[in-house]
Amino acid sequence: MTAPSLPVRVGPTGPSFRQRVGKATPYLLLAPGILWLLIFFILPTFQMFLTSVSTGSLDNGFKLTWSGAAYVTSLTKFGTQFENSLIYGGIATLLTFAIGFPVAYTIAFRGGRWKNFLLFIVIAPFFTSFLIRTISWKVLLLDNGPVLGFLRDTLHLLPADASVIGTPIAVIAGITYNFLPFMILPLYVALEKIDPRLIEAANDLYASRWGAFRRVTIPLALPGIFAGSILTFIPALGDYVNAILLGSPQTQMIGNVIQSRFLLLGDYPVAAALSFILMAAILVAVSIYARVLGTEQLTG
Amino acid sequence: MTAVSQPLADAPARTASRRPPRRIFHAIDHWALPAFTLLAIGYLLIPIAVMIVFSFNDYQGKFNFVWHGFTLQGWLHPFDWPGLPDAIKTSLLIAFLSTVGSSILGTFIGLALTRYNFRGRGAINGLIFLPMATPEIVMGASLLTLFVSSGLQGGMLNGVVPKGVLFPLGFTTILIAHIMFNISYVVVTVKARIAGFDRRLEEAAMDLGADELTTFWKITFPLIFPGVLAASLLAFSLSIDDFIITSFVSGTTNTFPIWVYSIIKNALPVQINVVGSMVFLGAVAIVGLSNIRQARANR
Repeated sequence: MTAPSLPVRVGPTGPSFRQRVGKATPYLLLAPGILWLLIFFILPTFQMFLTSVSTGSLDNGFKLTWSGAAYVTSLTKFGTQFENSLIYGGIATLLTFAIGFPVAYTIAFRGGRWKNFLLFIVIAPFFTSFLIRTISWKVLLLDNGPVLGFLRDTLHLLPADASVIGTPIAVIAGITYNFLPFMILPLYVALEKIDPRLIEAANDLYASRWGAFRRVTIPLALPGIFAGSILTFIPALGDYVNAILLGSPQTQMIGNVIQSRFLLLGDYPVAAALSFILMAAILVAVSIYARVLGTEQLTG
Repeated sequence: MTAVSQPLADAPARTASRRPPRRIFHAIDHWALPAFTLLAIGYLLIPIAVMIVFSFNDYQGKFNFVWHGFTLQGWLHPFDWPGLPDAIKTSLLIAFLSTVGSSILGTFIGLALTRYNFRGRGAINGLIFLPMATPEIVMGASLLTLFVSSGLQGGMLNGVVPKGVLFPLGFTTILIAHIMFNISYVVVTVKARIAGFDRRLEEAAMDLGADELTTFWKITFPLIFPGVLAASLLAFSLSIDDFIITSFVSGTTNTFPIWVYSIIKNALPVQINVVGSMVFLGAVAIVGLSNIRQARANR
């Protein structure tokens, strides 16, 4: 803060009221929002951990027994669902990158006056509800829906009993669709910032087109790749809507187990333990990933 | 790029040694990439098209899954399903209140982070980043355990918070959760705006005799207002569309997404498509109009 222009205000007894308030200002500004996050984001995490080492039921209350039984159950009984989450989430993240990178590249470097319009279309799915988008996929992929019907009855490319709904393919397609904009936008932001003269310089220095792409464009796009893959992979890991609407009991992900244990079965300790394991796994994975890509400063 | 070196007659060796532009890259640049982008755009828009088209479907039975013919019935009775009007009202009210709440709290944090030096900035930045890096299901689940603990024996908040405020779950708990997950997004958006802002404008105002409050309202706020507006639009859309966190903390209260989810097990009324299409077309109209206005202002 600038010092008041009139020196009269600083009394001999110490800092003036305004100076004292001025020093406290950042803390006063931070206090309400940070308190909200501490009480409703950090504290719940502790409560969830306490719940995961408690025993009891929703009707009789939970008692803190420091029992690790919930963790044993989580790690031994739900391997398939953890595996499904990792595989579906991983494949979907790779697919969003494979689709998103060329799109972001085209918009950033060849978009011209269509740039804003193309970006607008990329975020257009956000204007519809996540659930309704997923229901629309179900309509599209149903056995007698337009996609399968066309491939099977018109083009005869698929056998008569071909079906997509209920398979991992449908779940992965749904996740890929729902999180694609989260991949394209950070990639676009990173690519758009690249000075084209850097690529020209690389070409002038005898780099081939591919060499310039690999040695200049990709390294400069790393922050976008990091942000995009995290923004896609994390929600994909915890998602259960796609697996419920497009999948079958065989394609359950860990989110489905957490959801049903909490909301249908009332088995809080195991559900809390599963959530805690999921969160810890993600934190570890993200920090390793950040170290590998060398983009740690981005997260701060 | 290659054309630049052509008029230089004294550098023939260099032009010659450069590899000729490979045809394959030309094909990728001018043909494959745009075509691929168009396909991807189609992929992004198809489900939206399905939603809008099926809002005109004269469907048979309970599920609006298969095309049967054109009708305006859905659009003539857009809210005609038990529970739907209440769910929409709840959604709008929660989106409005959580937008106001999170915009105020988040803008304060954004101001503190960009304009003041204080200890613990790194920790605060980390605390802002964490909710965006946590899966929604974990946030929803942990809030659920906290809220339930206020009403159960042995819970952390039992006795601290008056019974009935946080448990049973309902409107209040949804609102708390929505403000919580919106704060980080508001902070990030507002911060981006304040970062490019000339502090000397404020100093000038103060030198001219304005006190801090006047300076804030006359100088600071008008300058950061576009950022706050963008942040609140983002918060509103995140809130009105949230399903996963809300499903954990809603109890028996229905927001629109929760209502949709509860009903699709037994029926898929055309009203879902109609309301979805209305929201979509309304959002497109708002964005389109603001773009046109901006284009006019720039001219």
